[in-house]
Amino acid sequence: MDCQLDIFFLEAVLNGLLLAGLFALLALGLNLIFGVIDVVWICYAELVMVGMYGIYAVDKLGVPFALAVLFGIALVALGGVLLHYLVIRPVLDSAPINQLLVTGGVLFVLQAAATMAFGIDFKNIGIRLGSVSVLDMSFSYARIVTFGVAIAAMLLLWVFLQRTYIGIAIRAIAQDRAIMPLMGVDQRRIYLVTSGIGGALAGLAAALMVLQFDIYPQIGLQFGPLIFMICVLGGLGNMIGGFVAAVIISEFIAVGGSCFATEWGYAIAFLFFMVVIFIRPQGLFGGKS
Amino acid sequence: MKHQVLKHQVLKHQVLKHQVLKGELLKRRWSAWLIGLALLILLPLGVRYGLPASEKYYLHILIQILLWAFIYTGWSLMGRFGLTSFGHGAFTGIGAYGVVLLWNYAGITPWIGIPVAVVVAVIVGLLVGYPCFRLRIVGHYFALLTLALTEFVRLCIVGLRDYTGGSLGTQPARYGDGISLYALQFEPDRVLAYYIALALWLVGLVIWWRVDRSMDRYALQAASQDEDAAASVGIDVTREKLKVTAISAAMCAVGGAIYAQYQMYIGPETVAGLAISLNIVFAVIAGGMGVMLGPTVGAVFTQVLSEGLRVTIQGSATLEKLFGTGALALDTMIYGLLLILFIIYMPKGILGTLMERREKKAHAPAGSPAQAVSR
Repeated sequence: MDCQLDIFFLEAVLNGLLLAGLFALLALGLNLIFGVIDVVWICYAELVMVGMYGIYAVDKLGVPFALAVLFGIALVALGGVLLHYLVIRPVLDSAPINQLLVTGGVLFVLQAAATMAFGIDFKNIGIRLGSVSVLDMSFSYARIVTFGVAIAAMLLLWVFLQRTYIGIAIRAIAQDRAIMPLMGVDQRRIYLVTSGIGGALAGLAAALMVLQFDIYPQIGLQFGPLIFMICVLGGLGNMIGGFVAAVIISEFIAVGGSCFATEWGYAIAFLFFMVVIFIRPQGLFGGKS
Repeated sequence: MKHQVLKHQVLKHQVLKHQVLKGELLKRRWSAWLIGLALLILLPLGVRYGLPASEKYYLHILIQILLWAFIYTGWSLMGRFGLTSFGHGAFTGIGAYGVVLLWNYAGITPWIGIPVAVVVAVIVGLLVGYPCFRLRIVGHYFALLTLALTEFVRLCIVGLRDYTGGSLGTQPARYGDGISLYALQFEPDRVLAYYIALALWLVGLVIWWRVDRSMDRYALQAASQDEDAAASVGIDVTREKLKVTAISAAMCAVGGAIYAQYQMYIGPETVAGLAISLNIVFAVIAGGMGVMLGPTVGAVFTQVLSEGLRVTIQGSATLEKLFGTGALALDTMIYGLLLILFIIYMPKGILGTLMERREKKAHAPAGSPAQAVSR
């Protein structure tokens, strides 16, 4: 319960910022899906979990880590496409809440599949990157790498959306669903591509997470709710807002966690989220809708 | 002119015929209810004499079904009007932990503890509900916001580990031999527990029925279809939604409390948290949320599915060898797959779909005037 403005406080703040990179990356994929397809994948964290297990399994076979990461990204990208094709597409025209609920069913399936394939024990990939010390503060390399990769992925996605034909088509669909098919854009293909990109981002996040966390079937429930909070807080579909929200939430967690106990950091973050939504229902940076 | 009179008479005749039919149906329905109730009252005796060796086990399953059916019914009061809440894990958690903590640390009997917990749950529900309904937070946003409430309550329970036992959970202190009216403990006597659960479930159905028959139901149905239109004909949408939220939260708090008293153990994952919220939502969807017994069918379905699969898997050497301990997740897997199929192909749930089919058959010859009268 000691909360002083000392070097440890600064350490917590900086670690929070590094954590924000990961959260922002996780929120990015979900935001893309919501912005374009107007669907919330409630099983998004479970897709990340699948990626983590995929990387773990391939790594155990002796494949170099870099290849395992590529495999993980491809696996989850494929998972995203399949999710859209098999589950989302049949309910695209029904009530929005059904689309959210149907992915809840997928959540159960993925969790159960992971339990059946890998058991309930904690697994880890056995790579520890160590940490760097600056002025009595220590930061793990894994977090620094994660932050860097997350920023790079965001920039890459931004360039993709701005500069490529498909990227522009994706943004156009997000703005007006009805008119784009008339302009010769195949909506169904764009949805599949977007789902694939969303899945690939989840796979990338999974690759970064295996460096920091143990893998177990319920891991999605640990951080899944947080990602939704970040997306809604930043304004669902707003990617820059998502980044700022990720920073805010992870600072609450890091600073609150270092001052009190970890749960209280999370609890304060959730409370803050609810209060903000009551003041600004469209999120911190969402436009009026 | 003559033609019209004739047509009118034919119509009148049809309406009368329908009313007679409806009266008969109602009578038949009442007798069906009474027979069903009698069977449910006699059921534990049947279990006692029919299956004496595993009496405890079968009663346990029945009690679980009834208690969850009560909680599910409470949730469906909101769910059927488009208020898909992921926050009801918070209410069951408040009910369970409130009562147990008051009993363990202050020696307050659950007879006072339950009302206190209900009041707290209702206040929390209204505090979250009011801004949601005023700001018209619906659909995804409502689901995600109530999900935050669930997580918040679960984290508070874990965080207060000095009192709640953290993630390991805690137990209500046993009073005497474990059967006491004062302490509302009845776990050792399964038959007694069954009747308590049955009574609670019946109360839940009566509440559902009362809400279904009230003007609030029409108001809420209108609001769930078009809020602006509902408000423009003078429905106070926020007020109506708050009413149903309060009832729903109160029911889930009571359900959580009684569930804790029966299990004699509470943990943040077993009575609160996202997993419970998801279970509630999906069981009701599977059963059907628009009909009175839909949540109950959902409870039967989920409990029988998980128990049946568990027994099958434990009895089968091949399955055990195939998946090892992971075989226990097979029920979750099938459950999840069925949910996906339900939402895609049967969004009205098991009972909802069955009743719709029957109604279609019953109404097909009667024609449209019957429809107009039955409202």
